[in-house]
Amino acid sequence: MKKLLENRNVTGWLMVSPLAAVLLVFLVMPIVLIVIVSFWRATEFSIIPAFEWDNYAFLFGSPVTYTVFFNTFKYAFITWAFTLIIGFTVAYYLAFHIRSLTWQVALFLLCTIPFWTSNIIRMISWIPFLGRNGIANSTMMSWGVIDEPVEWLLFSDFAVILAFVHLYTLFMVVPIFNTMMRIDKSLIEAARDAGANGAQILWNVIIPLTKPGIMIGTIFVVTLVMGDFITVRFMSGSQSANVGRLISNDIALLQYPSASATAIVLLATVLITIGILLRFVDIRKEL
Amino acid sequence: MEPRPRSFYVLSAFFALFLLFLYGPTLTIGILSFQGEGGGLTFPMRGVSMYWFYDLFEQQAVGDIWGSFRRSIFLGLMVMVTTVVVSVMGGLAFRKKFAGSGILFYLIITALVIPSILVSLGIGLLFSQSGLNVHWSTSGFGAQLTWTLPFGLLIMFAVFNRFDKSFEEAAHDLGASPWQTIRHVVLPIIAPSLIGVALFGFTLSYDEFARTLLTAGSYNTLPLEIYGMTTNVTSPVLYALGTLTTLFSLLIIGGFLALALLSNRRKSRAGSDAGKGV
Repeated sequence: MKKLLENRNVTGWLMVSPLAAVLLVFLVMPIVLIVIVSFWRATEFSIIPAFEWDNYAFLFGSPVTYTVFFNTFKYAFITWAFTLIIGFTVAYYLAFHIRSLTWQVALFLLCTIPFWTSNIIRMISWIPFLGRNGIANSTMMSWGVIDEPVEWLLFSDFAVILAFVHLYTLFMVVPIFNTMMRIDKSLIEAARDAGANGAQILWNVIIPLTKPGIMIGTIFVVTLVMGDFITVRFMSGSQSANVGRLISNDIALLQYPSASATAIVLLATVLITIGILLRFVDIRKEL
Repeated sequence: MEPRPRSFYVLSAFFALFLLFLYGPTLTIGILSFQGEGGGLTFPMRGVSMYWFYDLFEQQAVGDIWGSFRRSIFLGLMVMVTTVVVSVMGGLAFRKKFAGSGILFYLIITALVIPSILVSLGIGLLFSQSGLNVHWSTSGFGAQLTWTLPFGLLIMFAVFNRFDKSFEEAAHDLGASPWQTIRHVVLPIIAPSLIGVALFGFTLSYDEFARTLLTAGSYNTLPLEIYGMTTNVTSPVLYALGTLTTLFSLLIIGGFLALALLSNRRKSRAGSDAGKGV
């Protein structure tokens, strides 16, 4: 018994057994089941075990699928670009322009607090700002920028992307800030001594050294946006669709097999995207 | 100190705008929740009143706000405790390589990046196919763990990457058993970061929506209740509820941060007496 406990495989597995159990029951088994059900047949009232490719054939045969997947990538890409620019700038400011650690921590916390509050409330809170008689419209009208209220502010692709950027920029700020704080300041001094100006230091020293943080932030933002179904539904007023909404609509109609097939294709897409991104960074080293 | 470059002021302005972008909308609904009785979802304010807060405490036509609030807090506490315990054990185990540790690590990453709707759908199917009823305290609990555990574990990995192993070696040399080393050396050192893990565990569960959607069963958690309200409630009562739950979140966050600050203070006060000739 004692010998057994000294074997590090055994002790390791004993320690991770609760973790492994949770992941097995609530992650692996559900995914396996989704794969199985994606081959089943659905009637109006029930789902029947079967093995047929109909769900996939229907999915890939429908032009809607391609539009919706294109939309999903579009949201992911635009959100990624905005969150990256904003997140990088904020992290850069905190890491290199704030000089005392106390202030750095305080301002960093100020950026992270919204992350711990409700996403739905944060989406709802755009209504008074973007609505037809909202703050944005009335301000622009009083400035004389527009004569009529603009209709596309709320319930549009614009609102969807605004909400995504609002919700997820933090996922860029945190990893980029974390990587930047580990950059040896003497490298920057060396670059300055060698005659580099601010822009050159930023481009040739800081950005290359920050790449791992950027990659981790990218993984977060891309997966969150690609897997989303609530933000798109709420902020577009059900006028736009992405893959997540396609799945949730099928679920609402109790079409589980077809929802499962779409879910599997979405999962494969996300995992392939992550796989490509992971080639550029070793996550465990960066923590 | 060298003078601030001009870029500092530009970036400061950018940062201020970013904070306005982050907090502005929430502050706006905070103000609008005090809308007068005849007021609508946007400005102008028709007087200032607590009407919508009172309204919240009245019997609602739909749903059960206070019941869902209680469930959310209870579920948040369950998830918090589980996340802390499982993450610490996992973090300790992952310091050494063991057979299958690589696969488990990728499973953790998968749990983090998998679209929430798959977890929701999969667990819903799992329960229905095995003849079980979905309930917030069983399937909902498990679904939320797939979201909070990866965060807890990533924090623990970060903590142990920076952990000075010589403390443990010293304890071992002084004759401590492995359990004593963990109980009296490792745990006290990592305690402040456990506050962080607990904060993540509670708040992520309290606000979790997508993974709970198909797994909560007939009794809603608060975010599900709020989501239901968005489709059929079009009065500032929605803002009043939003303001209250945000205040509650802020209270929780403030409490955890104060706790972290306090434990850091205590640690630095009770810190090393090396070289002080005691």
